[in-house]
Amino acid sequence: MQVQLRQTVSAAVIAALGTMAAWSASAADAPNSIRIGYAISLSGVNAQGAAVTTLPGYDLWVKDVNDAGGIFVKEYGKKIPVEVVAKYDDTSNAETLLRLEEKLMSQDKVDFVLPPWSTGFNLAVAPIFAKYGYPELAVTANSNDEEALVKQFPTLFFFLNQPPHFGGALIEVLNKYKAEGKLNNKVVLLSVGDQFGAEFAAGFGAGLKANGYDIVLQKSYPLGAADLTNEIKEAKASGADTFIAGSYPPDTFMLTSTSITQGYNPKVFYTAVGTAFAEYGGAFKDKVNGVLGIGGWDPSLPGAQDYYKRQVAVTGHAPDGWASPVTYASLQILQQAIEKAGTLDRKKVTDTIANGGPWNTIVGPVDLKTHIREHQWGVGQWQNGQFVGVSPASMPGAQPVIFPKPAW
Amino acid sequence: MSVIEVILGGVILGGLYALVAIGFNLQYGMARIVNLAYGEFLMGAAFAAFWMFTLFRINPIVGMLLSVPVTFAANWLIYRVLMLPLVRRARTREQLEGETILATFGLLFVLRGAATLAFSANNRFYDYLGEPVHIFGFTFAANRVLAFAMACLFGGIIWLLLNRTRFGAALRALAIDPVGAQLVGIDVRGLSALAFAGGGALVAAAGTLVSTFLTFNPSIGIEFTMKALVVVIMGGVGNMGGSLIAGVLLGVAEALCSYFVDSGLTLAVAYALFLVVLVVRPRGLFGTP
Repeated sequence: MQVQLRQTVSAAVIAALGTMAAWSASAADAPNSIRIGYAISLSGVNAQGAAVTTLPGYDLWVKDVNDAGGIFVKEYGKKIPVEVVAKYDDTSNAETLLRLEEKLMSQDKVDFVLPPWSTGFNLAVAPIFAKYGYPELAVTANSNDEEALVKQFPTLFFFLNQPPHFGGALIEVLNKYKAEGKLNNKVVLLSVGDQFGAEFAAGFGAGLKANGYDIVLQKSYPLGAADLTNEIKEAKASGADTFIAGSYPPDTFMLTSTSITQGYNPKVFYTAVGTAFAEYGGAFKDKVNGVLGIGGWDPSLPGAQDYYKRQVAVTGHAPDGWASPVTYASLQILQQAIEKAGTLDRKKVTDTIANGGPWNTIVGPVDLKTHIREHQWGVGQWQNGQFVGVSPASMPGAQPVIFPKPAW
Repeated sequence: MSVIEVILGGVILGGLYALVAIGFNLQYGMARIVNLAYGEFLMGAAFAAFWMFTLFRINPIVGMLLSVPVTFAANWLIYRVLMLPLVRRARTREQLEGETILATFGLLFVLRGAATLAFSANNRFYDYLGEPVHIFGFTFAANRVLAFAMACLFGGIIWLLLNRTRFGAALRALAIDPVGAQLVGIDVRGLSALAFAGGGALVAAAGTLVSTFLTFNPSIGIEFTMKALVVVIMGGVGNMGGSLIAGVLLGVAEALCSYFVDSGLTLAVAYALFLVVLVVRPRGLFGTP
């Protein structure tokens, strides 16, 4: 009996010590911070895109999370702050970017890596993210092959529309006015000589042809072109009512200024990336009224206006009307997924991102079961100094389109 | 669009290239410095014009009264502090070229880094003189036509300076043979510094004019340096008229290629033309052997 009692007591003591050890071990294991790293274009051709759309969102999110004390990780039973331990410049060079991503994952061994800017770069690093098992929340990426890519790279998530979808959204607008006899079926389709422009032209071109539009002028121009006067002059001479350009920020600005100078006033004027930037409205002031562009957002969603004000106050950069809020939303999802998964284990977090939705974000509820965010804006328009979402009209908060575009 | 219109557009674009190249010609032809950081001063002047216009509503042309002398002084200092030690110890022209390439290459990154830090990598754009101008019934942007006109004006002034003044004669002597020039009593070091600074002043003017119609960011410097190098070598080092003609030729070639073939090939056309000139006439179209 005494032996049994001693055995029971020792067993109980050992069990208690074991539990205490395990508990204190897990508490002692809690990292000081959730280590975040990223490689992005801080210089070079892509720098503006990153500076406007992506970097302020990253900075604001880190600040917001840390102001709230950090992200609660159930595994450690406490809130852990987020720390950007590595921020590298890929100088807008893909080879440099690939090296830097490998470094972040294999040498710096950060907990999570935030994605770079531009379609080409996000696609280029997808194999590396997949190889090391890091979730890739690729916001600034539009590809025609998104379904195939997410099958090939299970860590990849897309947040913005594929060209056929935002093409479809614009075609929806065009069809309405063509049916009313206010718009002819001739279209000018320009595109920048980069991955984005190529995918854009392919996706839009196919959609336009299928809807009975005649692409009377289709041209691509080099990224960073010094002069687009000829393209605009040809567009003006073509007699098309619709002007569509799959452009990047420098050419978006140049096409617009050249069109203003040349007095080119098609009924529909659409430029792609950069149209949604606050700088676009700032550079051309009232003249932008009625210009259509890729993206759009609904400033009336809960949290949206507050996010806008906070971003301006914290980073000094106004968000653009398309991918900026989505960038912030993607990080909100990362945080909520870590909280829901209760761990920093990347495989579990990736699975949770996919299956734990729909997530509550400043761009509305987001579901990533297919790894592709559906139900989003395709076309926005500058209306009275704000770039708001106008198409698909089925989206809540869609504003009526200003048609035709008032002369510059 | 008629071919005439395309060619006219090319001429105006070429004027821009010539404007950018004239200052480089002074620095390379006269002071014998291959200044790879040349384009960074263009970028700096562009930003200066931008800040003056958007913050203080100062007309960029008026703003040049400030940015040109400042760039002149800055380049003069760079010559005396950075380049002069290299000039002093270089035994041959090739050695000087090699060393200045390395030194200015480093300077390029210092200036670009400082600008990126100070201004952020954002593209900047402002609309000045974007009004249409009608030439022979064709419409062109006033700011581009102005850049072309200024290129002709500066080219003309420099030509007059070089060919009709004593000072210009000294500069030409310096370009032909620095040792011989020294022998006839020309202050080679002082004159080289002035030529280098003058080149810098010209690029500041070019930068201001270019900023009125191009989107710019801290990284644009290098492409302008490369264009200037191509135009100067094509036109003949040291020959101002050569730079003007080579610049216009380049602009027209790019415009024609863009219209008839493909816009994406403009860079290929530029360098193909460059190669052809180098193979057929290595000293440039108007260069002295």
